[in-house]
Amino acid sequence: MKLAGQSTVLRLTVLSAPLLAALLAAFAFGPYPLSPAEALAALWAGPSAESDAATVMWQLRLPRILAGLLVGAALSAAGAAYQGMFRNPLVSPDILGVSAGAGLGAALAIYFGLSLAAVQALAFAGGLLAVAAVVFVAGRVRRHDPVLVLVLAGVAVGTLFGAGISLVKVLADPSVQLPSITFWLLGGLNVVSPGDLVLAAPLVAMGLLPMALLRWRVNLLSLSDEEAAALGVNVARLRSTLIVSATLVTAAAVSIAGVVGWIGLVVPHAVRLLVGPEFSRLLPASLLLGGGFLVAADTLARSAAAIELPLGILTALVGAPVFLWLLARPGRGGT
Amino acid sequence: MNVLETRGLAIGYRHRPVGEGIDLTLEADEVLCLLGPNGGGKTTLFRTLLGILPPLAGTARVLGRSLGDWPRAALATRLAYVPQSHAGLFAFTVEEVVLMGRTARLPRFATPSAHDRAVARDCLARLGIDHLAARIYTEISGGERQLALIARALAQEATVLILDEPTASLDFGNQLRVLKEVDALKARGFSILMSTHQPEHALRVADRIALLKAGRMVGQGPRALLTADALAALYGADTAEVAHSLPQLAKA
Repeated sequence: MKLAGQSTVLRLTVLSAPLLAALLAAFAFGPYPLSPAEALAALWAGPSAESDAATVMWQLRLPRILAGLLVGAALSAAGAAYQGMFRNPLVSPDILGVSAGAGLGAALAIYFGLSLAAVQALAFAGGLLAVAAVVFVAGRVRRHDPVLVLVLAGVAVGTLFGAGISLVKVLADPSVQLPSITFWLLGGLNVVSPGDLVLAAPLVAMGLLPMALLRWRVNLLSLSDEEAAALGVNVARLRSTLIVSATLVTAAAVSIAGVVGWIGLVVPHAVRLLVGPEFSRLLPASLLLGGGFLVAADTLARSAAAIELPLGILTALVGAPVFLWLLARPGRGGT
Repeated sequence: MNVLETRGLAIGYRHRPVGEGIDLTLEADEVLCLLGPNGGGKTTLFRTLLGILPPLAGTARVLGRSLGDWPRAALATRLAYVPQSHAGLFAFTVEEVVLMGRTARLPRFATPSAHDRAVARDCLARLGIDHLAARIYTEISGGERQLALIARALAQEATVLILDEPTASLDFGNQLRVLKEVDALKARGFSILMSTHQPEHALRVADRIALLKAGRMVGQGPRALLTADALAALYGADTAEVAHSLPQLAKA
């Protein structure tokens, strides 16, 4: 199915269908199963209705679904932006080390017992530091394929920040801080409170805004720098703006849901197959499908087995094989 | 007024100068062909003229205005660059690639309008490749990609074109097609600076030629400057060998 040539309305309708299906499933499935009709009735009854269904829906399921939408959309949009601006179909927030950098910042903030706002600020700082280190190192290596160098630099920087996270865990108070750091590091939506959402959503929106406004110009970064410059783009300024935006979006997602890997790699690829690489179509489609994908994965995580499966395991099961396929297939071009 | 003019221009990178003392003039409505061995500074000179590398010394003017005084977007509406045909990375359509040429004329936060699309279609049609509009750029042939990149430069609606070896890596038929387009563009009033490795292409399309060797301009003038002696000196080859390979050269 190629949606690139279709009208905007048709395209958005087709792309919204999996999202709506994921939402409906997420409302219905779980340890307290509801039929879709019961689920919608509980939603309609409002948060103050006195029924078990309404309590489950409004206290537990809805915040978690909103968190899934927010985190999935955020990481997918960030992945789409990173892939375009680095001319590299193999990168994503986690492969570039941004997630690990944000994770270390957040773990440090938890270790020092700081507020959620500080957790987010340090996550952002850690993410920016990681991506800056990766870009700096990759820029100095000229002997090798730049696509692979960026990936390798990202993996190394990510490992370094991962070691930092482990160190924080060793130092943390085993009765108070360690459980909360570990719990959060596993990556999941079960720990996201409505208060977290209220703090993270504006940050995600702030990061998405420049991407949305510059949606046409982002395309030109997939050309060589001199071509883009000759077409009238201030390449350095545009790329820095997008790095800061995508890193802010990633940090906001990581600070509430931990390091949820792979989604930022897989979703933009799937979306490019559907709507093509043009960013003004790629961005909204990544938001829709990324949100839907994470809500679906999380629904599976909390209802497939007797115990809740960590979300990161499910996204890795999908993402790692896709990454290997991209790496191995001839041409290694963008989809 | 000269379209492009450099005086005593030194080019290169801060710690690695590539050339100096370059005086180059591109007049209005002419085709100037730049020849010279690899590593002689052709690409660095183009990067400087496009405002990507700052001049190390001397002056460079585009349409009478010093290069440093041109805002990037304004320059892109006057001066367009056609790189060598490249593979591309993401699967943009040919029309999207050509639309990228409209960027300098768009407000910062805008996407191309219906008018921009019409201009892009028109540029594709002028090069006879409008049937490729919906095709994927990464999947068409090298010759078609080169024409698409020329169409993108036309979409900038600039009057000065810089072409970097536009016939390199094309088959003979596509080389002829590109050379024919260079002629047609000149006839339509474009001023064109192009580099080439093939002297016979320079003889075919150039009004004047410029010879760049080891970062220095070693000759500049009418097509008749392209003699077997001049080419032999430029490329470090044997004069008799050059004359034998290119019998159409003017006799020294």
